[in-house]
Amino acid sequence: MSAIVRSHRDHPLWYAFLLHRLSGLALALFLPAHFFVLGLALEGATALDGALNWTQGPLVKVAEFGLVFLLAVHMFGGLRILALEFLPWSPRQKTYAAAAAAAAFCVACGFFLNAV
Amino acid sequence: MTDDHSETAPEIMKVSVWRGGPGGGGFSDYDVPRQPSQTILDVVTWIQRNAEPKLTYRFACRVGMCGSCAMMVNGRPRWTCRTHVRKVLDQGRIEIAPLRNLPVIKDLAADMTEFFRKWTRAEGHFHPTKTRDDGIVPVKPDDPRRLAASAGIECINCAVCYAACDVVEGNKDYLGPAALNRAWTLINDERDGGRLARLKAVSQSGGCHSCHSQAGCAEHCPNELNPTLSIAGLKQATFKAALKGEI
Amino acid sequence: MNLRLYIWQRISAMVMAPLVLAHLAGMIYAIQGGLSAAEILSRTQGNPWWGAFYGLFVLAVSIHAAIGLRVIAGEHSNLSRGALDVLMWAFGLASLGLGLRAVVAVVGI
Repeated sequence: MSAIVRSHRDHPLWYAFLLHRLSGLALALFLPAHFFVLGLALEGATALDGALNWTQGPLVKVAEFGLVFLLAVHMFGGLRILALEFLPWSPRQKTYAAAAAAAAFCVACGFFLNAV
Repeated sequence: MTDDHSETAPEIMKVSVWRGGPGGGGFSDYDVPRQPSQTILDVVTWIQRNAEPKLTYRFACRVGMCGSCAMMVNGRPRWTCRTHVRKVLDQGRIEIAPLRNLPVIKDLAADMTEFFRKWTRAEGHFHPTKTRDDGIVPVKPDDPRRLAASAGIECINCAVCYAACDVVEGNKDYLGPAALNRAWTLINDERDGGRLARLKAVSQSGGCHSCHSQAGCAEHCPNELNPTLSIAGLKQATFKAALKGEI
Repeated sequence: MNLRLYIWQRISAMVMAPLVLAHLAGMIYAIQGGLSAAEILSRTQGNPWWGAFYGLFVLAVSIHAAIGLRVIAGEHSNLSRGALDVLMWAFGLASLGLGLRAVVAVVGI
């Protein structure tokens, strides 16, 4: 067993938590960069285009796929948590967690297929 | 068992047991013979009787109803008297350690003081409202609140859930699944008079809102309780109380 | 995390759920045929609805992410409650500032 995924953590809802936490952290760290790039529009369309041109590369497309997945999985997982906390208890938490990851993957694929 | 009564050498298991105290420690290895119908508690007892008389460990009922024998077995918190060797033996090896998230007194005996202190801090005790001269409160067994309370009251304070919880590990103020589960059962007890005090107690820093619903507690509870559910109930109850301005 | 922070976190999450769905849909639409500033700005410039949409989004995400980061920092460091508060407010205000600047840039005043 690795040091991070110790035995007591090896169950589906812990992995759901890990995905939620890592996606949230990544999105929070991405946010300032995202706002900065959009803010370039203040200097005119050319400045923004300069940054957008940089995002044409294939590696960036894959990274964008990742970001869309992270946003979607954080949101769908978050909806599961909100349902858990505000609606009557459902014993199907593992199913919902899996569905959230699957839906997020579909959304990210939808983005990627349109991006390439 | 063979019909021709020929001798077969018993299988020897490599058992690593954590030894030490508050200052630290490490794993010591013991060769323990495998027996039919052997539990981890049997293994620990064999070691103490045959290999290391100074090994310290706790047990009481040895039949899975007191929770005293809880330890980390191959990295998971379990009742050792209810853990069969054949279920956890990993290529002839077993690792036994004291419960996680609690200070160690010695070897496999963990200090439960903080666990119980948090129980009190969560207002996990009953606040009576009647005297012996008042009539008995009729509590209907199928009342939804009674059902909610009954679903959580079989807790025997074994601290397996506390050891399983990563929020307990990361946040020293976190009251923990057992204390919060008990608070939830009392919130649902219509005879109890401490509702507001309890809602405030579980709303402080380290209260129910620190739970990330990892559900390690529910995954590991030997009594199959669900503190994740109870804590979700506390979140709802405190949210509603906050909206009403009660807390 | 306590009751107050929890309420802000969950309310901002509820506000953002439809906004994120719309943003995801928007991204899939906008990425078709590649991204260009002219294309994006032609849709958003001078449009108060985009201003309201993204303004609300920036406000909610600044609150939500700041509290989320505070919780992560709280569980993985020894920072005091005061230091965690400073971290949270610093990130939240910086995000709000940069975000509203981006909204102004994209929507135009």
